[in-house]
Amino acid sequence: MTTLTNSPTIIENFDLYAPKLVSKEEFFSAGHRACQGCAEALAIRLMCKALGRDTVITNATGCMEVISSLYPTTAWKLPWIHVAFPCAAAVGSGVEAGLTALRRKGKIPDKRVKSVAIGGDGGTMDIGFQALSGAMERGHDMLYVCFDNEAYMNTGIQRSSGTPFLASTTTSPAGKKIPGNQVWKKNVMEIMVAHNIPYVATASPAYPIDFMNKVKKAREVKGSAYIHCLVTCPTGWRSPSETSIQLGRLAYETGVFPIYEVEDGKYRFTMPVPEKRRPVADYLKGQGRFRHVTPDQIKAIQERVDIEWEMLKIKIASSKSRAEIREQVKS
Amino acid sequence: MGKRIGIEVAIAAAEAAALCRFEVAAVYPITPQSHVAEHLSDIVNDGRVDASFITVEGEHSALSAAIGASGTGARVITATSSQGLLYMSEVMPIASGMRVPIVMIVANRAVSSPINIWNDHSDIMPMRDTGWITFFSENGQEAVDMVIQAYKVAEHRDVMLPVDVMMDGFQLTHMVEPLFMPDQEEVDRFLPPYVPYATLHPDNPVSMGTLAMPDIFAEAQKSKDAALVNSLTVIKEVWKEWEELFGRKYEPVQTYLTEDADVAMVTMGSMGETAEVAVDELRRQGIKAGLIKIKLWRPFPFEDLKKAVKGIRVVAVMDRAVSFGGPGGPVFSEIRSALYDEPARPAVVNFIIGLGGRDIQVVDFVDMMKKAAAGKLAEPYEFYGVRG
Ligand SMILES: Cc1ncc(C[n+]2csc(CCOP(=O)(O)OP(=O)(O)O)c2C)c(N)n1
Ligand code: SF4
Repeated sequence: MTTLTNSPTIIENFDLYAPKLVSKEEFFSAGHRACQGCAEALAIRLMCKALGRDTVITNATGCMEVISSLYPTTAWKLPWIHVAFPCAAAVGSGVEAGLTALRRKGKIPDKRVKSVAIGGDGGTMDIGFQALSGAMERGHDMLYVCFDNEAYMNTGIQRSSGTPFLASTTTSPAGKKIPGNQVWKKNVMEIMVAHNIPYVATASPAYPIDFMNKVKKAREVKGSAYIHCLVTCPTGWRSPSETSIQLGRLAYETGVFPIYEVEDGKYRFTMPVPEKRRPVADYLKGQGRFRHVTPDQIKAIQERVDIEWEMLKIKIASSKSRAEIREQVKS
Repeated sequence: MGKRIGIEVAIAAAEAAALCRFEVAAVYPITPQSHVAEHLSDIVNDGRVDASFITVEGEHSALSAAIGASGTGARVITATSSQGLLYMSEVMPIASGMRVPIVMIVANRAVSSPINIWNDHSDIMPMRDTGWITFFSENGQEAVDMVIQAYKVAEHRDVMLPVDVMMDGFQLTHMVEPLFMPDQEEVDRFLPPYVPYATLHPDNPVSMGTLAMPDIFAEAQKSKDAALVNSLTVIKEVWKEWEELFGRKYEPVQTYLTEDADVAMVTMGSMGETAEVAVDELRRQGIKAGLIKIKLWRPFPFEDLKKAVKGIRVVAVMDRAVSFGGPGGPVFSEIRSALYDEPARPAVVNFIIGLGGRDIQVVDFVDMMKKAAAGKLAEPYEFYGVRG
């Protein structure tokens, strides 16, 4: 079966166009200490290419900070700051405010430098959530990217509010009585949309051009933008390193992780929508963290994914941008 | 020479920050600091200073945003108190470790529980070891002067550390005091624009706040300690310069009638003023009393203290915080340890007083001094005037 995962046309087109679409410049350099097949590190590399030089990165504590900044080395060719686990969005706010003030006063060159804060699902959806909400609510000219590997990987695969239902982690183990994580993944996207920020999107390094286009779009937004990027973690997902991209694609093709954007309030799929979604079992089976899951439990997950998918489709079919509604209200 | 005006001290402290031309303020309100937050907002929104005000959603973010802004090379102000300071505590040592010259005004207040909004020093004492330079002001004038001095110290190339300026909640923050507000030109002459060592800018990218393994972490800590210890020289220089320009003298350890004293008290913050009156009273009664005021808590001025206690028989340390289950109040244990190696060391005794805004009057100081002089107090420390 030809799927989006192995479609020859997509690969061909990519070879043809990629050199034109993707900058050869590297801002996140080789030699960092991420595990083999870490999709989070790959996603950061792609994000930096899309952001370009005029960027300041604020990193929450987590795998990406640890693997990239071991003194006296640094993997970052962009200005980069790490303060603590919960505060990336707040630090990024300060960076933005500082740059703005200094630029206004003519103390630094008069060019737009984008403040970009990044964090894992823990640093974003749990401990850093207050800072994120505050920053988005204040509308800083800042992009926040959550690299969601669905657990606290840096401290040893503990569950987070991004961990999927039934996934086995070290604090939600598939035990004899309780089979893994007992709650459903937090829907941060909707919470971010509710902040009324101009741009919110999901993305995956399995679809690099889509991801980079979104980063570019978010970079141009004047105000706050949020991108939620699903990244495979072979170590935490108990999956072979070479399947990272494949799992990213399966997450999309099964509908587990829909790829879309919400621009000025309007929802839109940004990838060709699979005519028929693949069964979630296809996604789950390559991952050791779901090894224990029974057919009944898979059915429950399937049902939830179907409902979420339909709800998203309704939003995509019916939502309008604020600009469109403004016109409507006027007439 | 500035203008003598009557002004609420919290507002005056914010005005002092304005005279320093701060560029970013990130402040979250908490009693009794709120007037600082509000007045900084007024200053920014009225366009009196060209700055960005970040209305953060909490103190953890206030200090985090302050670090981010300082990282870009902006001059930053923040302010807090009590629970807010404790809420910042995760970020406090990060600011000093990253050597960002943030200035923070702390309106000292007791910490919960029970909840209490009034003054003592139990908020700053847990921050003692976070690597910040810590000034204690005694009155409104000192609060204003110290905010301005703080920037000059913090931004000095040999220092590059955050400074926090203590002012006792309500007892200072909410008092209307007559004080000299320096002119803008005077402050400009004293305080040059901030020239950062490295900044977060793509034209010269740097990584700040990296990870250190065991092979280098201790060295990083040692260098932070050295910076803090060595800042004493810079602080003294800056205070000397201040004295030359403004005629107001600042010393890490300030003494009052200690030369021939038999007994002396040690105070920090606003209680120094009341204690001074008590010393006069004791002298009138024929007791050779003296007073030692600590103005610089970190780095601790060991040599100045040793000099100050020469010849004194009993030193009574007044602590406005408790070190629960410890050897006595934090100031007391610091001072007793500082004097341990002195060949002719005085007896050092400890009163814990003024907790949670409990009034301390001249009679109380007189009473405590008499007790100390007579060697009549509970060992090793006494909660003065406390029932039960
Ligand atoms: C206040 C605080 N609590 C806990 C930690 C320990 N800690 C560091 S990173 C981390 C998890 C990071 O997880 P996530 O944000 O999902 O990023 P990942 O490592 O998975 O990329 C934790 C729990 C910390 N550094 N600070
Ligand atoms: S543990 Fe996972 S997220 Fe962390 S570096 Fe390894 S693969 Fe990447």
